[in-house]
Amino acid sequence: MTGTTKGLVVDGLRKRYGDHTAVDDVSFTLAPGSSLAVVGESGSGKTTTVRMLVGLERPDGGTVRLDGQDRSARPRNRSERLSRAREIQMVFQDPYLSLDPRVTVAGCVEEVLRLHTRLNADARRSRVAELLSQVGLGEREATALPRLLSGGQRQRVAIARALAVEPRILILDEAVAALDVSIQAQILDLLAAIRRDSGIGYLFVTHDLAVVRHIAEEVIVLKSGRLVEAGPTDRVLDAPEHPYTRLLLDSVPRRGWNPALAAPGRRALG
Amino acid sequence: MTQDSPQVRSTGDGFPVLDIDGLGVRLPDGQAARPILDGVSLRVQPGETVGLVGESGSGKSVACRSVLGLLPAGARTSGTVRVAGRDVLTMNRTELAALRARQVAMVFQDPRAAVNPLRRVGDFVTEGLRASGMPAAAATTRAEALLDAVGIRDPRGALRRFPHQFSGGMLQRVVIAAALASEPALLVADEPTTALDVTTQAEIIAILTRLRAEQGTGLLFVTHDLELASAICDRVYVMYAGRIVETRGTDELFDRPRHPYTSGLLACTPRIEPGAPTPRPIPGRPVSLAEAPPGCAFAARCAHAQPRCSEETPVLARYGDGLTACHRADEGITL
Amino acid sequence: MTTTATPAAGTPDTLRRRPGLRGLRVLGQGPMFSAAVVVLAALVLVAVLAPVLAPHDPESLDLSASLVGTTGDHFLGTDQSGRDVLSRLIHGARTGLFGPLLVVGVSTLLGTLLGVVAAWRGGWADTVLSRSMDLVFAIPGLLLAILLVAVVGSGMTAPVIAMAVAYTPYVGRLVRSIARQEKARPYIESYRVQGWSGWTICLRHLLPNIAPTVLAQSAMNFGYALMDLAALSFLGFGVQPPTADWGAMINEGQSALQQGAMLPALAPSACIVLAVVAFGIVGEGLADRIAKRER
Repeated sequence: MTGTTKGLVVDGLRKRYGDHTAVDDVSFTLAPGSSLAVVGESGSGKTTTVRMLVGLERPDGGTVRLDGQDRSARPRNRSERLSRAREIQMVFQDPYLSLDPRVTVAGCVEEVLRLHTRLNADARRSRVAELLSQVGLGEREATALPRLLSGGQRQRVAIARALAVEPRILILDEAVAALDVSIQAQILDLLAAIRRDSGIGYLFVTHDLAVVRHIAEEVIVLKSGRLVEAGPTDRVLDAPEHPYTRLLLDSVPRRGWNPALAAPGRRALG
Repeated sequence: MTQDSPQVRSTGDGFPVLDIDGLGVRLPDGQAARPILDGVSLRVQPGETVGLVGESGSGKSVACRSVLGLLPAGARTSGTVRVAGRDVLTMNRTELAALRARQVAMVFQDPRAAVNPLRRVGDFVTEGLRASGMPAAAATTRAEALLDAVGIRDPRGALRRFPHQFSGGMLQRVVIAAALASEPALLVADEPTTALDVTTQAEIIAILTRLRAEQGTGLLFVTHDLELASAICDRVYVMYAGRIVETRGTDELFDRPRHPYTSGLLACTPRIEPGAPTPRPIPGRPVSLAEAPPGCAFAARCAHAQPRCSEETPVLARYGDGLTACHRADEGITL
Repeated sequence: MTTTATPAAGTPDTLRRRPGLRGLRVLGQGPMFSAAVVVLAALVLVAVLAPVLAPHDPESLDLSASLVGTTGDHFLGTDQSGRDVLSRLIHGARTGLFGPLLVVGVSTLLGTLLGVVAAWRGGWADTVLSRSMDLVFAIPGLLLAILLVAVVGSGMTAPVIAMAVAYTPYVGRLVRSIARQEKARPYIESYRVQGWSGWTICLRHLLPNIAPTVLAQSAMNFGYALMDLAALSFLGFGVQPPTADWGAMINEGQSALQQGAMLPALAPSACIVLAVVAFGIVGEGLADRIAKRER
């Protein structure tokens, strides 16, 4: 892999916990401004993979580069830590646990601006309002503590907070999985609009193949820590090459679906 | 609030295994009682699979738990919940225990919360059989056959193991085996696969539908997942803010929804088929009955709402082969 | 059918409780909680205003008035040396509260620091800190105090230092365990992803969110420390005569018991019980409130 490829280049990523290999030689590329879905079931290593990208876990092997800059090692100092934060941000799955219960919505976005920008208090305040309105939150929500908000509203706050850093890449770790389906569509809509306007890249971690169809241009499929299939979304979903991908697709409920069809595929894979 | 609403002529004939009529539930919450359900009517015929679909706050879980007499502490009810003709709401403790041992079984979302972690799986599966008077040896034999039927390898060994030695999907199979052990007339499944991986979900659903068909059990399947309901149910009830807003046969519900909420749900559910349209969100958020304004609870989120919608609560009325609670259902609006 | 036990969410089980005081858990709500708070407030007030409230000098001897029963002048009678029992009780509240305050203050600060560092750093730092806390944990506090008295000499200093050391691992283990849970929560992780330093995250976000639980434990520890220090005074290792102290008063009152005078020993005993139970109820009540809020 050359060091100067544009975008995010993950090469041979590996993570072990004791005897268990959680992520085993995973490589992929995310072109600037594009959207890549990381698909897998529990134990597939999809969450561990993205946690290594943002530095919440240390890889045991492999490299993560953004525009040729390596970010696999521990940051050496404050400015390196901050510049990495400006590259990749993350939205977590559980909207009920991803906000500090003691910090108001506006405070939560404002503190990010204080850390990452040189805006003065007035400029910060107007930027907070701007970010919140971008995700569809108003004055009333701004002064509220998280416990007064619904799950969907909290997830909007988490998105606004991540966008405040103006990252190049946003990782969404099952970010709509815990939401009601009508709210899920709102958030997907919002995410699509944000990407259109800002050219941010998405790494969309999900177990839900139906969502993948509507949010990602490319998809990689993980199974037990290994990458089993990668390609353009439509190709992978319409003409899967790996039996596991086919099994996943056969398992998605829809009208006229026969769940028994998935069973032989699963047995064949062990 | 009890109201007689016309019932759907359903596919099965004869006595329904479950007949909920005008069920209202209110919770005491300080001084003001908080309503949860209002006039819920629902039927399951023998051998029929009925879906109960709704988002959070819709009251679908409370409605399905009422079938086993599991209501929140201090809840006040109106209406009736008849299982095989007898009203569950007026049963005493002994009658409820007999009901749960013989007639109705329930499968919950989290199998770990449903089994006692300190007791062997064998005790759990045979519990219901023993309670209905089966000798120990016969119950064990039956339990082995059931575990085999739900696809657990080495059923004899499994009976001696503890719940923590099983994965979530395997444990849910055990729970289903236990639920079907006493050949209940009705199985209530409350989001039984929501916590499971998609491939495991497919297997559990395959097992559930096969055993249900073999035993002729009526199934009330509660889910938030419209696609899943469309795949396995004969008929679907859609709930919103503590009320049933629409019910009809699955095909007609999905092809020609008459309630704007149903069609909104269909439009916002991401579909996997090639060329499927982008999910179209419904504005606002789902509310519970306690938060709902007067009139139609969905009016504030509805693109077709008129002034009348926020004044008068629409009642369920017959349109096509089912019922819809919408003032404009007869106008033939293209939803 | 599937109606079996689900583990009930309750007070954080990480809190350390003494077996004899577990029953207090049910009293931690409603009027008993308010009553306990009032008792504690009254105790503090009495301790602060002791010189004003006490009718007599707690240390003035009057051998002619030895073991006088309840009279108009001596509301709770006098002890063997003719000192006014009520005045000694009132002044005893000062040493009775001040000692535990120091113990709880020092052990809470130290325990929180060690616990948070162990939880946040993990790895070898966690191992070293946890093992050292286990080591101190294994030494009985009273024994440590008696050893230290042998070195430093009797008085308040040695027992307070020994108790502070002995109580630190209790706080440290609790803090380590809840801080580890808190650290794994996505809101803390999102601060890490934003690029904040570990110190800032711990001070501004982690500590405030675990503080209520630590506070509940400290309230309980206050009662335990009061009891332990009184026991040391009773044994003659703590506060030295003639200073008024509840534990020492019980010791001095022992011989009076044989002469049929109950009050010199019973009154301070009652004060100790009242204070310990009140602290226990408040601690349990706080813990329950936290558990409810988190649900």
